[in-house]
Amino acid sequence: MNETLFYLILIVGVLVVMLSIAALLIWYERRMLALWQDRYGPNRVGPFGLVQVLADMVKIFFKEDWIAPFSDKWVFIIAPTFVVIAVLMGFAVVPFAPGLVVADLNIGLLFFLAMSSLGAYSIFLGGLSSNNKYSLIGALRGAAQVISYEVFMGLSLMGVVIMSESFSLVKIVEAQKTIWFVIPQFIGFVIFVIAGFAESHRAPFDLPEAESELIAGFHSEYSGMKFGMFFVGEYLGITLISAMIATLFFGGWLGPSFLPPVVWFFLKTGVFITFFVLVRAALPRPRYDQLMALGWKVLLPLSLLNVLVTGALKLYFAG
Amino acid sequence: MTILFYIAALIAIVASIMVVTRTNIIHALLYMVISLLATAVMFFLIGAPFIAAMEIIIYAGAIMVLFVFVVMMLNLGKQAVEQEKRWLSTEGWYFPSLLSLILLLEIGYLIVSGQTAPFNGRQIPPAEVGKELYSTYLIGVELAAILLMAGIIGAYHLARRKKYVVHRFLKTEGAEQ
Repeated sequence: MNETLFYLILIVGVLVVMLSIAALLIWYERRMLALWQDRYGPNRVGPFGLVQVLADMVKIFFKEDWIAPFSDKWVFIIAPTFVVIAVLMGFAVVPFAPGLVVADLNIGLLFFLAMSSLGAYSIFLGGLSSNNKYSLIGALRGAAQVISYEVFMGLSLMGVVIMSESFSLVKIVEAQKTIWFVIPQFIGFVIFVIAGFAESHRAPFDLPEAESELIAGFHSEYSGMKFGMFFVGEYLGITLISAMIATLFFGGWLGPSFLPPVVWFFLKTGVFITFFVLVRAALPRPRYDQLMALGWKVLLPLSLLNVLVTGALKLYFAG
Repeated sequence: MTILFYIAALIAIVASIMVVTRTNIIHALLYMVISLLATAVMFFLIGAPFIAAMEIIIYAGAIMVLFVFVVMMLNLGKQAVEQEKRWLSTEGWYFPSLLSLILLLEIGYLIVSGQTAPFNGRQIPPAEVGKELYSTYLIGVELAAILLMAGIIGAYHLARRKKYVVHRFLKTEGAEQ
């Protein structure tokens, strides 16, 4: 097949699949939370309540799209797009199966980190342009949280990079043929998961939007599809982080051959998405200073130690 | 590739001009981010993908976020916009424009006289950058490390909590009550 055509189809395919997963996750999360809290959740529209997603979409598209008159209008309008664009760009380097990757860059991992840090602009710009004190506090928290946890996120992955000797995600997956990195890099894995929660500002680390104290934090003023973009961006973020956990620590597409590689990849990703939902159902939100203290006093030294030990062992065994 | 490079360069120049001329600081910061992204694309196109990624992660992702953070803390309102407008008066432009013009002429002269370093379209992988940094440029890395260490110690000193003394006769200057 023509190579350009193949990549075009692949890009459109990734876009469609990821956006439908994000939409489906809205239903999935509500159902799962309900299950763990001994309720039914949305089960009226269609089989298992699946068409609820469609009903929600119709509702959100027809809501009044209100732009706060006291806001910084243009920044207010473009702010929600940042997170969606950045996260969708991040999927470009994720290898779904052998040969099934949009761009196998030799800086793939760094590209992912760059995109996840750009996605955070939605929070600051949305919160700042809203001209609302709750939004501003949410944006402030978001900025501090994201910039702190980015540091550990990057550092926790350096162990993986040292072991696989490459930033390319395809090479990282191939290096896990003998053993998944979750075993030798367990500390890195734990730090990456915690940082992933903070980076996608999901519960329990959803302090930028803490509804009990800040109403909805940085997106208090947003309504209609603009709010929907933040929402979709959050679910896309969960999917991307889960896909990265599967790729970096659980062997990506690798698995016993009775299932095709791409199925293994999505199965692993699905497990981590479910884990994200379960954590939301299980854990309370920490106080803001506790979050920052955990980051700088526990995770930073731990991730530095992890890099040091991994590097030393690698050098020792390399001879 | 060349046409992509020139498009990115044009975006970088336009965005940089917008950074200087905006009176609303948030808009200026946004243009700054665009300018940095365009620069990253340029680095990527001339075969330095590692530097391109670092440009986005460190400059656009971290330093600019810190700028936004400070702006949020300062709570700038209409006053700041007015002040910026006054500073952007015509007299303020003369000297910086002159300096920039000299630089522009220098670059023009260099390009015309063909004294620029030749560009070979070789891609430099990240591993090579790392090896160079820790061998040829080791002294630079060490100096940067010392500078950052001094910065960290300074920040620690500034943010350190003052000693809390219980006895009223032994109260230190600025102690918390």
